[in-house]
Amino acid sequence: MTREMTGAKMVVQALKDQGVDTVFGYPGGAVLPIYDEIFLQNDIRHILVRHEQGAVHAAEGYARSTGKPGVALVTSGPGATNAVTGLTDALLDSIPIVVLTGQVPTFMIGSDAFQEADTVGITRPCTKHNWLVKETDTLAATIHEAFHVATAGRPGPVLIDIPKDVQFANGEYQPPKPSASHYQPIVKGDMEEITELVAAIETAKKPVFYTGGGVINSGPAASQLLRELVDATGFPITSTLMGLGAYPASGDNWIGMLGMHGLYEANMAMHDCDLMINIGARFDDRITGRIDAFSPNSKKAHIDIDPSSINKVIRVDIPIVGDVAHVLEDILKVWKSRGRKTDSANVAHWQAQISDWRKVNCLAFTQEGKTIKPQHALARLEELTKDHDRYITTEVGQHQMWAAQYLGFEDPNRWMTSGGLGTMGYGFPASIGVQMAHPDALVINVAGEASWLMNMQEMGTATQYRLPVKQFILNNERLGMVRQWQELLHGERYSHSWSEALPDFVKLAEAFGAKGILCSDPADLDDAIMEMINYDGPVIFDCLVEKHENCFPMIPSGKAHNEMLLGEAETQGVIDSKGSVLV
Amino acid sequence: MSALHIKKGATRHSAYNLRPNFSDVQERHTIAVLVENEPGVLARVIGLFSGRGYNIESLTVAEVDHTGHLSRITIVTTGTPQVIEQIKAQLGRIVSVHEVHDLTVEGPSVERELAMLKVVGDGEKRVEALRLADIFRANVVDSTLNSFVFEITGAPDKIDAFADLMRPLGLAEIARTGVAALLRGD
Repeated sequence: MTREMTGAKMVVQALKDQGVDTVFGYPGGAVLPIYDEIFLQNDIRHILVRHEQGAVHAAEGYARSTGKPGVALVTSGPGATNAVTGLTDALLDSIPIVVLTGQVPTFMIGSDAFQEADTVGITRPCTKHNWLVKETDTLAATIHEAFHVATAGRPGPVLIDIPKDVQFANGEYQPPKPSASHYQPIVKGDMEEITELVAAIETAKKPVFYTGGGVINSGPAASQLLRELVDATGFPITSTLMGLGAYPASGDNWIGMLGMHGLYEANMAMHDCDLMINIGARFDDRITGRIDAFSPNSKKAHIDIDPSSINKVIRVDIPIVGDVAHVLEDILKVWKSRGRKTDSANVAHWQAQISDWRKVNCLAFTQEGKTIKPQHALARLEELTKDHDRYITTEVGQHQMWAAQYLGFEDPNRWMTSGGLGTMGYGFPASIGVQMAHPDALVINVAGEASWLMNMQEMGTATQYRLPVKQFILNNERLGMVRQWQELLHGERYSHSWSEALPDFVKLAEAFGAKGILCSDPADLDDAIMEMINYDGPVIFDCLVEKHENCFPMIPSGKAHNEMLLGEAETQGVIDSKGSVLV
Repeated sequence: MSALHIKKGATRHSAYNLRPNFSDVQERHTIAVLVENEPGVLARVIGLFSGRGYNIESLTVAEVDHTGHLSRITIVTTGTPQVIEQIKAQLGRIVSVHEVHDLTVEGPSVERELAMLKVVGDGEKRVEALRLADIFRANVVDSTLNSFVFEITGAPDKIDAFADLMRPLGLAEIARTGVAALLRGD
């Protein structure tokens, strides 16, 4: 059944037919017809952000906490260019979002018209795919295809650029139907490779699961199957920053996050293992450290839906291209049919070795005196919120690493952080997107004061929609991670890495009609956190913390997993000239 | 060309050899890419090469299937085996790309390029240019009293050789199409 309608109405209809309930956006000249249609209906909620970057990060937060694609709507020119950071963020973290941009009318494209930008040109390298729609008749089908591309295979951001005359013109509406396009990524893994992996599982003496965001992206079934496989084999499991929550932090086989600021036991297990099973991770440079010293004696299996991830950085022995859930299901099936074998004696010995490493207690810290340690603030936040229906977003920097280390994630889709791009300013708008999707949940953005200021304008959005997002700011009046690198690499010359002229966050909150809480005394911390949790509305929590605390453990640039720094005493002169060019 | 039916990104049996032999030797590969003929598709392919720092020695593109809206891009590139594998995998993940074929691996293949060369001169040099053109089976497509435009088709090294010979005889300008290539056999 087709119906004739305007392009603008088509946009709204197509979004409804795709099951969209929330759109984050900001109006402008080139999208006014679409905003007119939004005004005339009640099925889709539109959330007015205060900056287009906020709209895209909010859509990301929505997508990551629900598993459904997030949608943002912005105008041409500056609206589109402001969306670029969010698009790049979503591309690097494989987050499915659909961004709709207005464009000047087709007959004015190329004339340097007011608010014209070559949006598809600018966003080509930072989207999975994009489209400029020149005819209203093709608009609906393009939107449907955009949702297919955003979610199929390795998810990612897509963008549809819609000239204003296309929005005004009439055309035939095409309802959604299963995508007939050639883009149909393979989801089933090769059975030969899967069997080879099962054989490796049966004989491994020192195995480790190394899991990533691909498990989360694959959906809840993937996390379920992962838990089943891990617990049935008894193999230890670590995860990247992106994959936290796929396996519960309270699980028996969990050995913590790995990587540059990962746990000692996790990195040591990666270095010494004899079988590494990478599930939905991509051997990112934050994970591998020095490539030629990366896990030198292991057989490596890699499960990834994107063939370009395989052998990109680390050469693997058992490559499996496929969707995590499908491949895990087949692994379990084959492993069970062959008698559920493992080398349990040696694996127990390996687990004992990991327990010894754990005794190093690499996250230990001492809270004393009248200053709050940032680790202590997060440990208390964890204790006081872990039993809540809780979602955590973060900004980028030390606080982000501490949050990953000190908060425990029991389920997927509960942890939203900018991993690949490392976007300061991500967490606050992302928390708004999460809260929209989960109105009754406790949504906390763990932030540093510098990152948080980058998108602080979204306080207006939070108060307008009465979103009770909690902004938990670890305020050290420093760009802490920058400062840490300057200390390690640049002779303690702290060039522009402190936050001067900071606002009074309590007054700032009040100016936006929200609640501000200042806490500087460890003795007040628990009460202050409880006050934040119990307040029904947005809160800025200004937690004044120790200013010069560094984030450990740390694998310095250019070093291997077994060359971790565990504390301040070990930091002098550890990074050589080769390592210092790395970021 | 039965190899064209290999599915994108499948297994170690596919065009994406997932178990490559990594070495540091620079190899020259000819890659054929079938793409949706839509605006911006060439920019996607070229942007991939520039954005990720891959080499392009030559690149040709034209529509080859009007009803299917498919264009064929032939790229000659150099890189280590690992880089070549990455190039193919990265090309394969572009949504507009239907098929990627490494003709150097799937080969043998035939490669042809067309070039036009303007040679300006008179007297003995003019006669010599015409004689060499005959040996190379180059055609004269334009002529004045003191110039020729030759058209020559062949593998790139044949064109290089012809251009080298024409240089002392008054080569003024050269235009080359870049390589088009097909697998041999059926």
